[in-house]
Amino acid sequence: MSSKKDVLLKITDLRIEGFSDEEWIEIVHGVDLTLHKGEVLGLIGESGAGKSTIGLAAMGFARDGCRISGGSIEFDGMELTTTPESDLRALRGSRIAYVAQSAAASFNPAHRIIDQHTEAPIQYRIQKRMEAQEDAMQLYERLRLPNPDEIGFRYPHQVSGGQLQRAMTAMAMACRPDLIIFDEPTTALDVTTQIEVLAAIRDIVDQFNTAAIYITHDLAVVAQMADTIKVLLKGEEVEEAPTEEMLDNPKEEYTKSLWAVRSFKRPQKRRPTGPDATPIVSVQGIDAAYGPTKVLDDVSFDIYPGMTVAVVGESGSGKSTTARCITGLLPPTKGQILFNGEVMPPKYQDRTKEQLRQAQMIYQMADTALNPKIRISEIIGRPAQFYGGLKGAKLKSRVDELLDLIELEPSKFYSRYPPELSGGQKQRVGIARALAANPSFIICDEVTSALDQLVAEGILKLLDRLQQEFNLAYMFITHDLATVRSIADEVVVIQRGKVVEQGPKDEMFTPPHHPYTDLLLSSVPEMDPNWLTTLLEERGVDDIGEAADV
Amino acid sequence: MGDILRLVLKRLGLGLLTLFVVSILIFFAVELLPGDIAQAVLGQSATPETVAALREQMGLNQPAVLRYLHWLAGALTGDFGVSLVSGERVTAAITGRFINTLFLATYAAVIAVPISIILGVIVALLRNTLFDRVANVLTLTSISSPEFFLGYILILYLAVKSNYFPAIASLSGDMTFAELLQRTFLPALTLVLVVTAHMMRMTRAAIINLLASPYIEMARLKGVPPWRVIVKHALPNAWAPIINVVALNLAYLITGVVLVEVVFVYPGIGQLLVDAVAKRDFPIVQACCLIFAATFILLNLAADVGAILTNPRLRHPK
Repeated sequence: MSSKKDVLLKITDLRIEGFSDEEWIEIVHGVDLTLHKGEVLGLIGESGAGKSTIGLAAMGFARDGCRISGGSIEFDGMELTTTPESDLRALRGSRIAYVAQSAAASFNPAHRIIDQHTEAPIQYRIQKRMEAQEDAMQLYERLRLPNPDEIGFRYPHQVSGGQLQRAMTAMAMACRPDLIIFDEPTTALDVTTQIEVLAAIRDIVDQFNTAAIYITHDLAVVAQMADTIKVLLKGEEVEEAPTEEMLDNPKEEYTKSLWAVRSFKRPQKRRPTGPDATPIVSVQGIDAAYGPTKVLDDVSFDIYPGMTVAVVGESGSGKSTTARCITGLLPPTKGQILFNGEVMPPKYQDRTKEQLRQAQMIYQMADTALNPKIRISEIIGRPAQFYGGLKGAKLKSRVDELLDLIELEPSKFYSRYPPELSGGQKQRVGIARALAANPSFIICDEVTSALDQLVAEGILKLLDRLQQEFNLAYMFITHDLATVRSIADEVVVIQRGKVVEQGPKDEMFTPPHHPYTDLLLSSVPEMDPNWLTTLLEERGVDDIGEAADV
Repeated sequence: MGDILRLVLKRLGLGLLTLFVVSILIFFAVELLPGDIAQAVLGQSATPETVAALREQMGLNQPAVLRYLHWLAGALTGDFGVSLVSGERVTAAITGRFINTLFLATYAAVIAVPISIILGVIVALLRNTLFDRVANVLTLTSISSPEFFLGYILILYLAVKSNYFPAIASLSGDMTFAELLQRTFLPALTLVLVVTAHMMRMTRAAIINLLASPYIEMARLKGVPPWRVIVKHALPNAWAPIINVVALNLAYLITGVVLVEVVFVYPGIGQLLVDAVAKRDFPIVQACCLIFAATFILLNLAADVGAILTNPRLRHPK
């Protein structure tokens, strides 16, 4: 496959600069890349590694505020760095196509899906509108979208996320390009939905013998998709090798550390027994609704002091709504919430300060959960002042103490603002803010899903240390079963607002499972490159779409 | 479609409620003005008896709330009472003037709205080029110049020095439509200059605001040419803010034209209002204010409905 003639894309010493703080700073420092016809190359690395930037550069495209400052990009004998913009445009969509991370944001909300699909073929006069529509429907069928004849005539908001992502892959295929750039196409999806998209992408790339660059931060995913893997760090190549070799025998320390991330595991605790054992939080038969839409149906579970209960389920299953009921943000329509055996008023407005203090929250997006215009000292100090009545020097020493706890040096961070911090540091501040109230129970709502794996691991270790130190109870909302495996004591599985199964972690991870738990567990990608193939065979290819569309 | 109808009716109801509140404000604001209406009508020389008699006749002795209800009931049937100065029915005095103002506003809007949206799209496409900068400076200049100043400049160059258009926009009944258009061109042009800048800049901003969206990047990565990215992919999503600013400017064309009408001696409702205030002709002041308020509310309602109709999520529910 690697005869010289087959080379489709050859990037040498690529340098890209980004404009920030009034100057151009190099963000990609001389990366080489060779891609043959029909080959799939996986680009992996943490955020800031330059994966997307390199992927876009392969189309001769630089985002606003970025520029290609050096090196060569040769696509099928054409030097893209010197090609005029109008000729580059003629390549895009026709010979090189792009599949974006969030299909929901990347489809134009104002136009029907099929009109966006046929835009490129009509523009390049490859097909007339009717032909292009026929072709689109055939591609929809190949990608196993439901109602392929009709789904294209809907608007993007009328179609689910997983279906949109497949429709976007179909759109990329519209002109039968030689190369497709997949930029984290499944990152925003649930594990169950991810599988069908992965399978669909792999099939169609095989069928048309399309070359692809597959960008992701998820090793297990790239293992299923790529022939070759290239690891990037801060705009530089770490190493490149065929997939099997890379997985079995990574050479560089950095790659090994990426591979090892999922190994963190803390010993599982058992809930206390005996007549004195009172759960710190007890959710008893709650129903909840947004307007006329019922989202929770008879949800019950207990959380004991010092334990971590993971609440898992797909997006929209009611995990966060349960948290809103516990904190009193959304009063349940039925059932009750107990803290330490005491019934809580359903609305937070009716709870006393002491009741409010006991349950705190840490959010998924530290970016939006912290006010960018307020100093760290005040963000952390405010709850300490509000609940603890601390002032002046006492308040300052409490804030310093909290900063120490989250391993941020007080002298350096005390008077800084959130935008100056990295994602992991912001999440630590979020944790300190929750701790400041001296709670006995913290709800962690997808606290690691926006973070890179190495950073996420640091956060999990911190949470674990704090739990041991203060005997905290956590309700850990997540869709990531790897996280559950590493830190949970008990697991509650929620599907469409109902608890389908709950119990200690070890029991939950050993069969027999409830069918839904089984679907969730088996959908988590594994590092084995044959995992997807084996799984598809086990499930029988045809019912994948249905399994995840329910 | 039923949802949209319900939404529109709800907005309409809210608009009527707002109008009701405004009517209270107008009535009692006029009520708070110092001085006695009967005294003002009769002048300094009137005897206390005649003043008292007139007060009785005008119903001024009744409590304010009662008079308000009386006025409101009249207003609902289109009867705003009688002018204190001329004794003419307020409705009759206002109707002709209001039609003139509407005509001038329509004239200006028909020119200004398409021009500003097209220009806005063009400057968004050519953003940060010389054309964009020049357009920016020019529109800023026209926005910051007072309209009476613009009016006089236009009179100086297009009427006095070159004699293309009449300096005074007086109307007579026997004019043809073409004559009418020619005679009112200068005031209309003045208004166009004042409102175009605002609408154009908003169109540009609304479009540029969207250019960082993932779907715009997607369009570019599909090889869609720049003009099509703007017109086909950005503009359809930018309508809501554009429609809002257009509605705001249309309202200005009706309620804010006082100065232009004065400069060109145009017989519109603005001039009538100024005269009425000077002469303490309260029924006319109240009626004009109510019409202005209704115009604002109606146009904002239209903007809301427009924004709803251009939002695919509302137009095509799940």
